Amino acid sequence: MLNVLNDVPHDDTVNPVEQFLRSERMPHIWCPGCGIGTTVNSFAHALIESKIDVESLALVSGIGCTGRVAGYVKLDSFHTTHGRAIPFATGLKLANPKLNVVVYSGDGDLSAIGGNHLIHAARRNIDLKVICVNNLIYAMTGGQTAPTTPGHATTSTNPYGTFEPAFNLPHLVEAAGAVYVARWTTFHVRQLARSISEAFQKKGFSFIEVISPCPTLYQRRNKMGDGLDTMKYYKEKSKVRHGAPTSEVGLTLNGEIAVGKFVDRDRPDYQSMMRAQYVETLGERYIEESETECVCG
Amino acid sequence: MIVTPSLGDLVAKGRVSIVVERCKACGFCVEFCPTHVLALSSAFNSKGYHPPHVVHPEKCSGCDLCGMYCPDFAINGTRVKEAGARDEKAAPAGGGAK
Amino acid sequence: MKADPHGVLTGTHFIDGDHACCEGALAAGARFAAGYPITPSTEVVERFASRVPTVGGTFIQMEDELAASIALQGGVWGGAKAFTVTSGPGFSLMMEHIGYAAMTETPCVFVDVQRGGPSTGLPTLPAQADMMQARWGSHGDYEIIALCPNSPQECFDLTIKAFNLAEEFRVPVMFMMDEVVGHMTEKVVIPPADQIEVTPRKHTRKSVEDYLPYGTNGDLVPEMAHAGEGYKFHVTGLTHDERGYPNMTPQTQDTLVRRLQSKIRKAADRICLFEEERLDDADVVVVSYGITSRVAQRAIDAARSRGLRVGKLRLITAWPFPEHKIKELAAHVKAFVVPELNLGQMVREVQRAADGMAKTFAVSHAGGGVHNPDEILNAIVEASRC
Repeated sequence: MLNVLNDVPHDDTVNPVEQFLRSERMPHIWCPGCGIGTTVNSFAHALIESKIDVESLALVSGIGCTGRVAGYVKLDSFHTTHGRAIPFATGLKLANPKLNVVVYSGDGDLSAIGGNHLIHAARRNIDLKVICVNNLIYAMTGGQTAPTTPGHATTSTNPYGTFEPAFNLPHLVEAAGAVYVARWTTFHVRQLARSISEAFQKKGFSFIEVISPCPTLYQRRNKMGDGLDTMKYYKEKSKVRHGAPTSEVGLTLNGEIAVGKFVDRDRPDYQSMMRAQYVETLGERYIEESETECVCG
Repeated sequence: MIVTPSLGDLVAKGRVSIVVERCKACGFCVEFCPTHVLALSSAFNSKGYHPPHVVHPEKCSGCDLCGMYCPDFAINGTRVKEAGARDEKAAPAGGGAK
Repeated sequence: MKADPHGVLTGTHFIDGDHACCEGALAAGARFAAGYPITPSTEVVERFASRVPTVGGTFIQMEDELAASIALQGGVWGGAKAFTVTSGPGFSLMMEHIGYAAMTETPCVFVDVQRGGPSTGLPTLPAQADMMQARWGSHGDYEIIALCPNSPQECFDLTIKAFNLAEEFRVPVMFMMDEVVGHMTEKVVIPPADQIEVTPRKHTRKSVEDYLPYGTNGDLVPEMAHAGEGYKFHVTGLTHDERGYPNMTPQTQDTLVRRLQSKIRKAADRICLFEEERLDDADVVVVSYGITSRVAQRAIDAARSRGLRVGKLRLITAWPFPEHKIKELAAHVKAFVVPELNLGQMVREVQRAADGMAKTFAVSHAGGGVHNPDEILNAIVEASRC
């Protein structure tokens, strides 16, 4: 008899997302109404739809609420240091180019402390799929201002309201060189899954921003209701603007959220360029990978 | 005389599974189910949240939007293979031990 | 296992320490390096950048040391032997990731070609003032291994040793060179590959179902897997259990951190390498490492020719500190003389290990040059009188 209280059914009613979860670690630590789990559903559906070989997929995260995704997914996953998921992922990818490497981290982790790595990886067009869950705040540490916090929101480090301009992340990464840039919200579950699938088909630096509620901190401090209220706001105020100039998609406190695929272009990725350069200069002398097993013996 | 088909004539094409202990009662599934199959129950799970329950099973199409929205991986919808109303309610927590 | 011949530049070379270190890394099987330019270390990665495309592997110059110090770890988990190279200011930036490597048990090598500090200090001049930082620079309780070469030949040989220790103990190894050793050009003999022993990665043979990323079965060093092999394992810097899952309780913390410490400390006798000379009848022992050990040799020889009974203990392994050796010596010598290119770092360890049984004389030098052998000789003379 199925204990519907806490057992996961093992028949054909099983959630297709479940196969990608470390079920023994559920329930997770994210707050009621937090959107991170919702993004994981879209991610899981993208894995299924794109028929990616999950055994050669590695997921790298940084520190923060979104960083905890790495610990909940049943994949080769690396929960690294604050801001440094991208360089770790770069090392992974360069050492094993057959890996499909996903970086799954938050707005503070990727654009503040990790900002330098974000722009360089985009510049280099390293073949990484970056999913940036943007809840406009530093959530894990209690609600401090992030570079994405729209003015004049109240945060714990700007108790009288922020006054700094916020990053327009799609604009930033496009300028830095990303080949695929999209933004959705946690309301757009199917579109997000589709974008992630598209990114998997793309070679180069792909960046998908997902606007997500932080009901406990961002929304509460700014009297914006709970997670459900925020989802309704996303539904009401999002406007699909595929191909919009990224300079125009900045976010404001309660305003329109431009969503869609903004950039989809082709540029040789880092490893292709590296190979081409070495082949041109070294010819036959170029050895891409060590022929001998010199690590494990 | 106009005969309006009653709701009781609808045949559910899907059914919902709920993992009660994972639910944090965010309300996304209730809100975004396109056919309003769900409502938050008055029962509690062991963390004190009201999980959803199925109030209109016959309206479930198995679209799994509930599953896609649920941030806690606590619910999902699947299509049933054969026609026929299936009533799959999550047992209310009442004395849920874990 | 034997070294991969592709990476071994067999022959007799006339190269400097930085270049020899690069060759040592290649001989050890390193096929990934992430670096950032900083004097006086840059030549190590410049040579690697030049060599590795014809050996097989990758070098990437990252945007800063923070990136380099973690990119190399991504490289390790992707299946390569990897290292990075830096000096003082970069070493400081790398500290968080040295801690991450220790916590996640990522085998890798960090080369620090020490220069004058603190801060920007003396970019082109030597010091040995990062020794304590090598041991304690990152936050929390962890252990590392640190090696100190004193010649370009040792820069080759000991780099291989560094990689081998890293793999054996799944620990970041600090390769503490100094600017003089890095930039001095001497004869370096690189043997044929089949004469070079290289430690393979402790890769698991267990099935996916049975494998525990941080399970140990009695052996203090867990078995490793690489991304992309189907193990679907999790690695985190959070305090974790044998499954690698975060488990933030005092009990798990105690188990984990004590094991990280024990795996090095219990093997200290095996890990600690030193060179000893004329210790049997010594009244005074000069404890030194790196370039200072070569200057000290001059002073020791001069002291002996004056009839002073002085012995030499050269630290090849600085961490774990060979306290057992110092204790053993302290029982029958009068004093230790510890010359260093710093204002007293390893001398504190000597003093601690001697535990009052023998006196300790520091011969400090703020860096920027090497000691005059007479400074060390005078200290030996003074120590002999006590």
